[in-house]
Amino acid sequence: MAFLSIQHATKTFAQSSAVEDFNLEIEKGELVSFLGPSGCGKTTTLRMVAGFEVPTSGRIELSGADITSQPPNQRNVGMVFQAYALFPNMTVADNVGFGLKVAKKPKDEIQKRTAEMLGLIRMPQLGDRFPYQLSGGQQQRVALARALAIQPKVLLLDEPLSALDAKIRVELRSEIRRIQQTLGITTIYVTHDQEEALSISDRIVVMSAGRMEQVGTPFEIYNFPKTPFVASFVGTLNQLRCTVVDAAQGKLTFDGQTFTATAPIRASAGASVIAALRPEELHFGHFDGENQLTGKVEAVTFLGGIVRIRLALGQSQITLDALNERKLTLPKVGDMQTVSFPAHACWVMVEN
Amino acid sequence: MTAQAPIAAPPKERTLIAHSRTRRAFPLWSWLWFILGALYFILPLYATLDFSLHMERGVIGLKAYGAAFSDPEFARTFGYSVFLAAVTIIVSVLLVVPTAYWIRLRLPEARRLVEFITLLPFVIPAIILVFGMIRIYSSPVEIPFTSIRLLAPLTTSKLGTNALIVAGYVVLGLPYMYRSVDTGMRTVDVRTLTEAAQSLGANWLTIMSRVILPNLRTALLSGALLTFAIVLGEVVLASYLGLPTFGPYLFLLGQHRAYEPAALTFTTFLLTWAAMGIIQLITGGQGQVAGAH
Repeated sequence: MAFLSIQHATKTFAQSSAVEDFNLEIEKGELVSFLGPSGCGKTTTLRMVAGFEVPTSGRIELSGADITSQPPNQRNVGMVFQAYALFPNMTVADNVGFGLKVAKKPKDEIQKRTAEMLGLIRMPQLGDRFPYQLSGGQQQRVALARALAIQPKVLLLDEPLSALDAKIRVELRSEIRRIQQTLGITTIYVTHDQEEALSISDRIVVMSAGRMEQVGTPFEIYNFPKTPFVASFVGTLNQLRCTVVDAAQGKLTFDGQTFTATAPIRASAGASVIAALRPEELHFGHFDGENQLTGKVEAVTFLGGIVRIRLALGQSQITLDALNERKLTLPKVGDMQTVSFPAHACWVMVEN
Repeated sequence: MTAQAPIAAPPKERTLIAHSRTRRAFPLWSWLWFILGALYFILPLYATLDFSLHMERGVIGLKAYGAAFSDPEFARTFGYSVFLAAVTIIVSVLLVVPTAYWIRLRLPEARRLVEFITLLPFVIPAIILVFGMIRIYSSPVEIPFTSIRLLAPLTTSKLGTNALIVAGYVVLGLPYMYRSVDTGMRTVDVRTLTEAAQSLGANWLTIMSRVILPNLRTALLSGALLTFAIVLGEVVLASYLGLPTFGPYLFLLGQHRAYEPAALTFTTFLLTWAAMGIIQLITGGQGQVAGAH
């Protein structure tokens, strides 16, 4: 049985539903991200697990016990907020020790555990500082230590890095993952940043408009999106409106050019479908045994490690990501160029 | 061996003299208005001080102060007002902090209504308040259409009258106290702090005493000091309820004596300024006396 189980959770606020029929089983020690645009219900779901919102219907179980309507201060769930939420009147050490003090732990135990936590977040010497004397990144580390000090059953992180600079964000996310794996703590991580979700999660739940779109490993979510929303929300995606020529063979036609996609296609010949292709699966030039499409170069953007090239194909556009190399000859805007891709790189999404 | 690159000679130091063509003229008008404004406040105060120092003809001295402070009535009324102020502050805090907290946390839609109510003392004069109180509380308060008595007449007992005046003072101080507390709560984001404390296992009492109140210290202090100043100078409520507070004492003294009221007025000014100074000191100059007018 799963360690944390959310069953048919629904939350309605004054007629409008924020979360609809959310079902998820999370194993002990797993890090699951809720990913989606703002207003998709990811934070509301997290807050239901924390106890700040009571589900309109549905059930939440934590290590076998029903916690659906248990008050938040009895759940033993650690939470980290986007706005850090450190207590401004307390030092770093007092913040970290707050939960233990509330639980009336002996003084020496509080001190020992606080020191341990400050060591874990690599800030052992800053216990006497006040929150306003720390940078944003340091404050969020302290918030993490504070949430972990009470040895919670589940750690909940609500967009913890959104208020930080890009560089700190990348640093801190691997730090969070390291700590999470060290302690083996079951974690839910809410974010709207796909890169963040892909890089630290064991599994990702992609959400849109209060519904779960797809649950899977980062690899599955990125490479095998099940809905058009997931496909377009996670990563960059080329979407070409094509007509089916031969569904069994996976043959499609687009702007007078015929190519093969992953077969079979679940649509009949003549149907209009969307062919999806990741920019990094397209190669520049002519490769034997692969599909070819020809178009006019519209833009060449040098991004350092990657060169992004946009081609116009009839009324549509297609983007290609090439890895940078020093011997690379960049195409010029206006050139006619051919791109190649294997059939398996292209999949078809049938519109409902 | 590597060839050394010629080292460029450092640029000659230049004395830079600012020849700003658009040099700003001495802001004569600004200063003029500022001085006029300052004089408007300072002159009467200076006159009061000067007058209070001239009790003895031809001698500058503190005799008026000595006379004022040595009057046993002064100590009695001042002490009484300080006591009433302290009770008023406690009642205000107990009323306003949970109200403002609950509105921030659970009832944001009630904010406009409560703000309107807290502003009423600015619109309705104290005289109406006191007449209303006397009208209602001078006879027993009963449940309408029954003879079940809820409250004995308040104006006939000492405790009852004291309770009435404190209630009145709480109303008069409401605009200042509520605004201070509400501003304080906004700056520390009480909602998230509450949730953080809850997730760490804290109950409401712990959240209030260890998280909310300590972080509202500055706001509470500024609200309390303003309430203190209001209570100390209040005349109308005390006069009509017949209570011997400092306000009516000062008023009466002014009718019979010349120099002592001036001395006391100046002292009260200093006290208020000291209070403002304390606020500034504690908030590190960042503090704003919310709602002060």
